[in-house]
Amino acid sequence: MINTAQTRHVPDRLNSRAARLFKSWEALLLAVAIAIFVINSFASPYFLSAWNLSDATFNFTEKAMIAFAMALLIISGEIDLSVASIIALSSTAIGLALQFGAGTPELVIIGLTVGLLCGAFNGFFVTVLGLPSIVVTIGTMSLFRGISFIILGDDAFRGYPPSFSWFGQGYIYWVFTVEMLLFVIIAVIYGVLLHKTNFGRAVYAIGNNPTGALFSGIRVARVKFVLFLLTGLMSGVAAICLTSRLGSTRPSIATGMELEVVTMVVLGGVNILGGSGTIPGVVIAAFVMGLVTFGLGLLNVPGIVMSIFIGLLLIGVIALPRLWAMAATRRKA
Amino acid sequence: MTRLIPIREAILAGVILLLLILISSRFSGFVAPSNLANVFNDTAPLIILALGQMVVILTRCIDLSVAANLALTGMAVAMINVAMPGLPILVIIAIAILLGAIMGAINGVLVWKLAIPPIVVTLGTMTIFRGIIFLMSDGKWVNSHEMSPAFTGFPRTVLLGLPVLSWIAILCVIVFGVMMSRTQFGRSIFAVGGNPQAAVYTGINVGKTQFWAFVVSGALAGLTGYLWVARYAVAYVDIAGGFELEVVAACVIGGISIAGGIGSVGGAVLGALFLGVVKNALPVVNISPFWQLAISGSAILIAVAFNARAGRTKGRIILKSAETIQ
Repeated sequence: MINTAQTRHVPDRLNSRAARLFKSWEALLLAVAIAIFVINSFASPYFLSAWNLSDATFNFTEKAMIAFAMALLIISGEIDLSVASIIALSSTAIGLALQFGAGTPELVIIGLTVGLLCGAFNGFFVTVLGLPSIVVTIGTMSLFRGISFIILGDDAFRGYPPSFSWFGQGYIYWVFTVEMLLFVIIAVIYGVLLHKTNFGRAVYAIGNNPTGALFSGIRVARVKFVLFLLTGLMSGVAAICLTSRLGSTRPSIATGMELEVVTMVVLGGVNILGGSGTIPGVVIAAFVMGLVTFGLGLLNVPGIVMSIFIGLLLIGVIALPRLWAMAATRRKA
Repeated sequence: MTRLIPIREAILAGVILLLLILISSRFSGFVAPSNLANVFNDTAPLIILALGQMVVILTRCIDLSVAANLALTGMAVAMINVAMPGLPILVIIAIAILLGAIMGAINGVLVWKLAIPPIVVTLGTMTIFRGIIFLMSDGKWVNSHEMSPAFTGFPRTVLLGLPVLSWIAILCVIVFGVMMSRTQFGRSIFAVGGNPQAAVYTGINVGKTQFWAFVVSGALAGLTGYLWVARYAVAYVDIAGGFELEVVAACVIGGISIAGGIGSVGGAVLGALFLGVVKNALPVVNISPFWQLAISGSAILIAVAFNARAGRTKGRIILKSAETIQ
């Protein structure tokens, strides 16, 4: 009797580093980004202009800032659906401070502080009370935006000082915006944090096995709390940029942005169930989403139709590899 | 543990009663039977949707696409009504339920066959459905004068003192009460949410049960889609925007555990009624309706914190796990 298990192919060595890099999700994503770039430049004559491309970066810079922190949070097995509402509350606080005559530095500090406080609020409910983050952040999603509505009603804050508009409308050099610079800095910080530090290793460990992480000496609750703080802080940064760029605050600001942030993270190859994912993946995903929305915008596709693409993208990027794997196992059987 | 659920519902019922007493002490008109009937009728769509959401949450899933499903079905039946004003209402309702069920089935298949996390699936389909409404309607509104009188009149027809909309909600509550406690499907929903591994060993197909849960939720969203559009006599892209959060809130407030397996029909109904009473009381006690969002957010947080305390397992913990104790 022939045992099929003994005749199976055993490779001499594992795939080389280059081969793994080539077959990775990030490589696939990069190919998609390049393809979209090429298609866009053929589809619209206005695409390949430095200033247009610079404008296009606004489509993703603010979302990506949150997406980096959200990536860590999702890798650790939690999620924060309240980020868009934190933007609303933080922006409202900035506007409120303006009414009391605060200058630009104070406005920035207030925006960041409110973001941190909101993150701490989420973190408290999740890590201290031990509640599921989905429910907590669905609750705070209503609560934070609700507070904005209480303060503003159907009113709006306007009249931000010119020095404040530097964050969302300023340029560092030629076509490179302040937001673009912030995006790069934040991407590097989170890349180092996740891939090169003990903290980053702890995030992966918690996502793969929280109990195992706890027994190997990781303070699971503290790490998760810090991740909620970071997500809140990044929402604060995004609130400053968005408020500065729009020049006004309404309670409905950034509605539905949490969906786009989560889509960006998942598209970047982060496992929604936690445990795996990379920052370079999220960076490329940010470009892909920015290029898609910008390209469709140039073709006069309305925003709500674009959201169909975002939704399909979100489901598609998770469904396709699974369909692929299912087809592969069926072929072998 | 079995006694815990009625106690939790009794507490919620007590809170609602207390709320009514507090309001009536200043504004006695609020608790007049006719006004309470109005409040109930106003809450009826939320009750129907909460029942569907309850079934989904019990199986450890979540359906964030209900409001978009509602809006899409509502727009579809409104456009059908404009095109064919003669179509009987029962056919319209059947179309609405079928359309909603199909959208629920799409969610269900993705969760069942591809094992994609439900929150991702329904976040995605939520935006896709909204986008499809825009494509279908070209962003235009369907207004009341375009709809047939029978179409808009049906949910408002008064039967035995209550509008048909209220009666449909009551009927749904009864059907679900029987279904959850007396049928195999109802019991397997609890089994799947309570312990999926054990459910598999008792011969229950976990994925298939979750699929049917989504179909049920979708069908109810479809039904509500018609009722909503007919009652407010208008259909456009953004109707019931953000309503999915209110539906989840009703379930969480009603003591349905987001971890699955724990909850009851009574809880879902009381959770919806709580939000309904708050919503209707705000203008009466002269608080701006802008408070509604923050209040329902706080109610979710309080309810989930409270229910987690009540549901904590007692006894000695020999080996602690990171999820329960930190």
